[in-house]
Amino acid sequence: MRIVVLVKPVPDTASGGERLRPADWRLDRPAVQAVVNANDEYALEAALKLTEAHGGDVVLLSMAGPGAPDTMRKALAMGAASGTLISDDRLEGSDTLSTARVLANALRAQEFDLVLAGADTSDGGAGVVPAGIATLLGLPYLSYAAKIEPDPVAGRVRVHRISPTGYEVLEAPMPALVVATQALGEPRYPSLKGIMAARSKTLATLALDDVASGAVVDGQSVGGAVATSEVVGAVPPPPRAATRVVRAPAGEGAAAAREIVDFLAERRII
Amino acid sequence: MTGSGPIWVQGELAPDGSLAKISTEVATLGRAVGAAAGREVVGVVIGADPGPAAAELAQFLPRVLAVTEPATIDHAAASVVAQRLAALIERDDPSVLLLGAGPEGRDVAGVVSVLTGWGVLVNAVGVAWDDGPVVEMSVFGGKLTTTSRLTGDHGIVTVRPNVVTAEALPALGSVEPTAAAGDLALPLVAIVDRVAATSAAAPIEEARIIVSGGRGVGGPDGFRIVEDLAAALGGAVGATRAAVDSGWIPYAQQIGQTGKIVKPALYLALGISGAIQHKVGMQTAGTIVAVNRDPDAPIADFADLVVIGDLFEVAPALTAALRARAG
Repeated sequence: MRIVVLVKPVPDTASGGERLRPADWRLDRPAVQAVVNANDEYALEAALKLTEAHGGDVVLLSMAGPGAPDTMRKALAMGAASGTLISDDRLEGSDTLSTARVLANALRAQEFDLVLAGADTSDGGAGVVPAGIATLLGLPYLSYAAKIEPDPVAGRVRVHRISPTGYEVLEAPMPALVVATQALGEPRYPSLKGIMAARSKTLATLALDDVASGAVVDGQSVGGAVATSEVVGAVPPPPRAATRVVRAPAGEGAAAAREIVDFLAERRII
Repeated sequence: MTGSGPIWVQGELAPDGSLAKISTEVATLGRAVGAAAGREVVGVVIGADPGPAAAELAQFLPRVLAVTEPATIDHAAASVVAQRLAALIERDDPSVLLLGAGPEGRDVAGVVSVLTGWGVLVNAVGVAWDDGPVVEMSVFGGKLTTTSRLTGDHGIVTVRPNVVTAEALPALGSVEPTAAAGDLALPLVAIVDRVAATSAAAPIEEARIIVSGGRGVGGPDGFRIVEDLAAALGGAVGATRAAVDSGWIPYAQQIGQTGKIVKPALYLALGISGAIQHKVGMQTAGTIVAVNRDPDAPIADFADLVVIGDLFEVAPALTAALRARAG
């Protein structure tokens, strides 16, 4: 099997240092160390397990800025065979439509059985790009997967899609696009061997013109200049009121519980 | 600059065919946006048997289109619904589409966006109108609230749960059975089985009250204490990633960066330190109460009330006090 995993470098949320550029309210990416988006790591882990079980390769695809190769190497160190990075100044400020168009066009040039994408990213948080890519490519779209069961012989894939009351078992022919969630399992840590091997793996960098051909995309239909939305301001939210602290030494749990009840009643929650 | 057409609200179906709660909220918000914009607000329900959900949505909107689409019986709904919706949009030319920001809404928004070329303003926590929708969203774990606009004439807005309280209209709106438009050109994804979760846990996304447990709960048995307190408050049970990774509670209950984003009126955190990955999922809750042994835990910085103590003592006492109060 050949599986393409979509990965996005995002600012490390643990840094707490994320900020927007005041000039255009776009994310100031160089300001913070980038990491592989957490939901994409679940997608990558699931892909690696599937190729370990069924044979084949996992390759990465990303659209990102200049700092991305370092982050992509971390994903390669987990076990992906190679990666493709689309990086171009004209793509800065791309909206979800541009992102879907560029990634879809890059996928047209690849052969694959499955495309795996994370449920959303920790920076933009939209969660709409994978559905857009599947639509552009006419691929079956199987979202919010807790389990992925491909049958390479039959050329079909089954997915347990998380639903509000349990899960639905979806089935579609491959190639297909599957949206991964954390329920697929913990991502592995790269081994030292994996980190060493990642240094010599192929990471192809493409410019917009390299993928800008055909009906889906041209240089004028993507990028910040044609974004369908714009951020026009950003303010810190109003501060929360000061924290009330109640100490409950051993044996005084009931008194603390009464304080909580009074507090909730004051706020008309109960 | 936004086109002059009406504002549409997509009525999402719950698994049992009733109207999803999020859609009652989006409809209520949509009415306010419509009043500010001076535009009609129209609901659209698409499904195999759209009548009951359309009737529910008509409690919140003066006019609801009910479109029968049999393919949703045994096929994943998102792409089917989205294709029908995109074709109706082409035919009727609304200016803005509002829908929920949950999994269903995101799937539909992603497909409709590509089919119509409309942009998406995502995860709205507030929607105003100034010559087009003006959307507030919370980013970076609540550190900033951004304001965004569309650059074009039309667009899609996905709305977070619990942004507004659903309020019915004084009079029931009309339901108009409407013929499906377009065709289903995208590949259909078959649903071969539907499996109910073994735990009957209440869904957390739309809960008014959530009681959550973290590492400090100690194990699956500790979650009984969390569940008891949630039951006494009439709330749902949530958890941190640490608790889910330890196998104490299913992933469906996880709140945070790789779980769900919630905005309940009350978030009661038991044994949760409040690391950023969890905070991003719950920090916009109306009221945050935490019980934690560690006075230096980060949650003490953003909770409204912190009890420094043993949750195994405080939580059962709270459950008992609430039950006594309820009589």
